[in-house]
Amino acid sequence: MNVFEKILARASGLREVAPGEIVEAEIDLAMVHDLTAPLTIKAFQEIGLSKVWDPDRIIVIFDHLVPANTVKTAELHREIRAFVAKHGIKNFYDVGRGGICHQVMLENGLVKPGQLVVGADSHTCTYGALGAFSTGIGSTEMAAVFATGKLWFKVPEALKVELTGRLRKYVTSKDVILYLIGKIGVNGANYMGVEFTGPGLRGLSISDRATMCNMVIEAGAKAGIASPDKLVKEYLEFIGGGPIDLIGSDDDSLYRSEIAIELSEMEPVVACPSSVDNVKPVAEVEGVEIDQVFIGSCTNGRIEDLRLAAQLLRGRRIDPRVRLIVIPASTRTYLQALREGLLNIFVEAGGLVGNPNCGPCLGGHMGLMADGETCLSTSNRNFIGRMGSPKADIYLASPATAAVSALRGVITDPRGIDQI
Amino acid sequence: MILEGYAVKLGDNIDTDVIIPGRYLILTEPEELAIHVFEGVYPGFHEKARKGVILVAGENFGCGSSREHAPIALKSAGVKCIIAKSYARIFYRNAVNIGLPLLESPEAPSKVDEGDLLKVDLIEGSIVNVSKGLRVAANPFPELIREIILSGGLIPYLKARFSGDAL
Repeated sequence: MNVFEKILARASGLREVAPGEIVEAEIDLAMVHDLTAPLTIKAFQEIGLSKVWDPDRIIVIFDHLVPANTVKTAELHREIRAFVAKHGIKNFYDVGRGGICHQVMLENGLVKPGQLVVGADSHTCTYGALGAFSTGIGSTEMAAVFATGKLWFKVPEALKVELTGRLRKYVTSKDVILYLIGKIGVNGANYMGVEFTGPGLRGLSISDRATMCNMVIEAGAKAGIASPDKLVKEYLEFIGGGPIDLIGSDDDSLYRSEIAIELSEMEPVVACPSSVDNVKPVAEVEGVEIDQVFIGSCTNGRIEDLRLAAQLLRGRRIDPRVRLIVIPASTRTYLQALREGLLNIFVEAGGLVGNPNCGPCLGGHMGLMADGETCLSTSNRNFIGRMGSPKADIYLASPATAAVSALRGVITDPRGIDQI
Repeated sequence: MILEGYAVKLGDNIDTDVIIPGRYLILTEPEELAIHVFEGVYPGFHEKARKGVILVAGENFGCGSSREHAPIALKSAGVKCIIAKSYARIFYRNAVNIGLPLLESPEAPSKVDEGDLLKVDLIEGSIVNVSKGLRVAANPFPELIREIILSGGLIPYLKARFSGDAL
């Protein structure tokens, strides 16, 4: 069996499962955030139960609209806090205490390899970086999980992505995942599990893997998993996650299809408006004028991303035509960036540093775009209207491309930094 | 369970941000969400849908966010049913769970024009284009999904199966 089948088999108490089979599985962890919790609570109340299935397995994180931007948001936050208190949910990360839900889940020792995790957010697939089967669900389904601790799943077919080689300087795992989505299309992995594996994976950090697993949903995938290895074990030991068991695919696993990627052949790419699979080498769109650069989100707001951007911005000033918004993904990331002096670099370069939150990525709060404006973002979606006006253009790229483009005021290949 | 409505045609990869932009996710009442459905790309959709429409779309309908606000907004605006070549998986589950019927039909876009009157039989999973006098093939529902749809969604389905704390 492959890793997706193994995890679903374990969670549903079966010896074996096969793609297409529908199983009822026990959920290890269930996560909701401030925008999906209210509908979950409403649906849970309609079911009419007085208790949730297991308050220790439910995680509630405020990240989409923090701090509250309107009275309506404040009221929703209040309702969620009341639910958390009533049901004794201890894993609650209020405004300022956690950050973007997916980063909080990765860095607090909550997620472990082999677990089955659901979140009421499509980018829940991020936890595949630690070898978990994690997937996004809706609020009503989450209410059913709150009630029963179980959910039905169709065992997915799997796509194997075999990585070899090493990335060259200023080329990142964001370029790899954008390249992959460009190659297979926005529904190229619809309903599937995407497994990243091969010798090239060893050279990629947990952060690199999180970026790739985060964006498999942009190709329609149900989950992404980076084959868990020694690095995952070391990471979890470092953050204090307790004993773990690495569950990986068997050598004779079956896949629907396989793709090979040689990392040394990758180059910086951007996803052009308005589809994540409209991917082109940066060299082809160099010179496109930009009004805003956003470095952050659950895709690329981790400390490694901020270090890379800061390395390129250090001692330089961004182009006066551009506004740069940098948002660390979590409180821990924010503190680490503060200690390392990265936040100074962003502010001294002419950028604005925001508090940990989802910010401009979903166009809900902070940094919305006006008609006719262009944003270069390290986030995960460039859909029409995603970041505000439906007449704004969004390009997606790596933190390196974002930082260097902010310096030039136009989309720029980061490998040209030495000429600036 | 038979549904009737006039077709509104849409393309491939209709995403959840286009259906309901992120800034409206603080709205939790279906009627409030309905006012903003498709507003960035299809002004006036809300007025048109009020009479009861059936969406006919291409590949990967509902890609993107897990926001349940998207199918809720469509249903509340007057969309009786969605017929698409294929769906993004979270949207598909969400629509079933909130009781917005949807059918998968690879041939629907080529056999339906904007404004055609459609008749959909959810139990059989069949579609008739009344305006053109054509049958349009659709994929049958898996058993579990059909049960949830016919119950009116996941909550009524769960309530019918269990009651109170016995759950």
